[in-house]
Amino acid sequence: MKLEELRYGTELIKRGFAKMQKGGVIMDVTNPEQAEIAESAGAVAVMALQAVPADIRAAGGVARMADPQTILEIMDAVTIPVMAKVRIGHFVEAEILEALGVDMIDESEVLTPADEQFHIDKKRFKVPFVCGARDLGEALRRIDEGAAMIRTKGEAGTGDVKEAVRHMRLIQSAIRELKGKTEEELKLVARKIEAPFELVKETAELGRLPVVNFAAGGIATPADAALMMKLGADGVFVGSGIFKSEQPEKMASAIVEAVNNYENPEVLAEVSKGLGSPMKGIDARTLSEEEALQTRGW
Amino acid sequence: MLIGVLAVQGDVSEHVDALKRACDRVEVVLVRKRGIIPECDGIVIPGGESTTFCRLLEKEGIWDEIVEAVKRGVPVLATCAGLILLSKEVIDSAQGQRTLGVLNVKVRRNAFGRQRESFEAMVDVKDIGEYRGVFIRAPVVEEVENGVDVISKLGDKIVGVRQNNIIGFAFHPELTDDIRIHRLFLDLVKAVEGRMMGSFSPQTSNSPSS
Repeated sequence: MKLEELRYGTELIKRGFAKMQKGGVIMDVTNPEQAEIAESAGAVAVMALQAVPADIRAAGGVARMADPQTILEIMDAVTIPVMAKVRIGHFVEAEILEALGVDMIDESEVLTPADEQFHIDKKRFKVPFVCGARDLGEALRRIDEGAAMIRTKGEAGTGDVKEAVRHMRLIQSAIRELKGKTEEELKLVARKIEAPFELVKETAELGRLPVVNFAAGGIATPADAALMMKLGADGVFVGSGIFKSEQPEKMASAIVEAVNNYENPEVLAEVSKGLGSPMKGIDARTLSEEEALQTRGW
Repeated sequence: MLIGVLAVQGDVSEHVDALKRACDRVEVVLVRKRGIIPECDGIVIPGGESTTFCRLLEKEGIWDEIVEAVKRGVPVLATCAGLILLSKEVIDSAQGQRTLGVLNVKVRRNAFGRQRESFEAMVDVKDIGEYRGVFIRAPVVEEVENGVDVISKLGDKIVGVRQNNIIGFAFHPELTDDIRIHRLFLDLVKAVEGRMMGSFSPQTSNSPSS
């Protein structure tokens, strides 16, 4: 094998990684014990964090990348992929995570943005990125910057699914509206939603985003997860929903099964039984503009 | 010809597309629950997370159905996590991870490292020739027992094997536009089907093909 013939970090490799996550549940964890619980429940990956979004929200202050020590301990504890978050625009945090060997980087609005103008230039990294989006224009801008995966922003740390639903519906309906449009009309759309024409065209041809699209931000029960799958998500991220619930092991397994059986209400009924209290949550509508995380990034 | 693509998790639609591009008469069914595998003429196990596969296969009762189908000689195409799932022994497996154990090889999970170490490279595949291998947190086969043919190598590493009607690759043919591997698999399904039609096996004549 000639080493120079191996091509690392290509678009195919980065987007391919995201495709392997499809139909899966990615769980937020803050220590190796939680990571092991997630892995044995059937999570496809874990997101290593210093604190889950509900606690980040409660603590206030500036939220930053997790301690590399915590991330490494989690990487050692499980065999499934480990992801971690960086602040929007903080490319040095991203370089640190790449150096650690994290499998995917989430440029996340859950942390306090580091740059008010620019998201990270994700194309220059070998590690794939996932980014949040509220609508089609935002999703395509992130893909243009090199994101290999998109997730709805939702409203993290609330346990209220309505914002994730809104974002998923907005993205899906905008994609449906592209159907049958002429090239000139697609150019008009591209200008309007502030996205590159080539990506608008590709999305119109595919009838879906050019990369994997997960749901995130407020998913707290098996029914929430199945709802997002029904709305067209390729998989789900569950943040505070698992380890802020009364019985994390049970909740984790139930959400994994719900995602596999999202079209089967009998199974959903079965897995939803006796899970104890889900996370308490906050109605996302009661948040002030400063408290909302989804408006970070553009 | 009915092909069941295991769809509990992973890059399922990519395999479905590749199968349809390889043959326009193929029928594909997604397998998420029990009762479908026994009807299939061929089975595809996609890439994804092998630990997730294991959990859901046991939970949904699909586990025994696959083992039974392999014993009947139903052709299987397995890629990456699929290869791990079929193997008899896994090095660096997750705690408590079981496998179907029908393919007599020993594999190492994440053999090249983490995602950062994932790559594309040209490999040689027996009966096909040069092929673009897409390796994503890929395993390698470290040992094969008698009866297992090595059909693809990357340098000195074994990345493709065949044992009777099971074909397994460490890389992802479904992520490229090259459908030669899926065509090879469908040819095998046709050949096995032809042999079974010729025999007196009653259940094959009942198998749904429309």
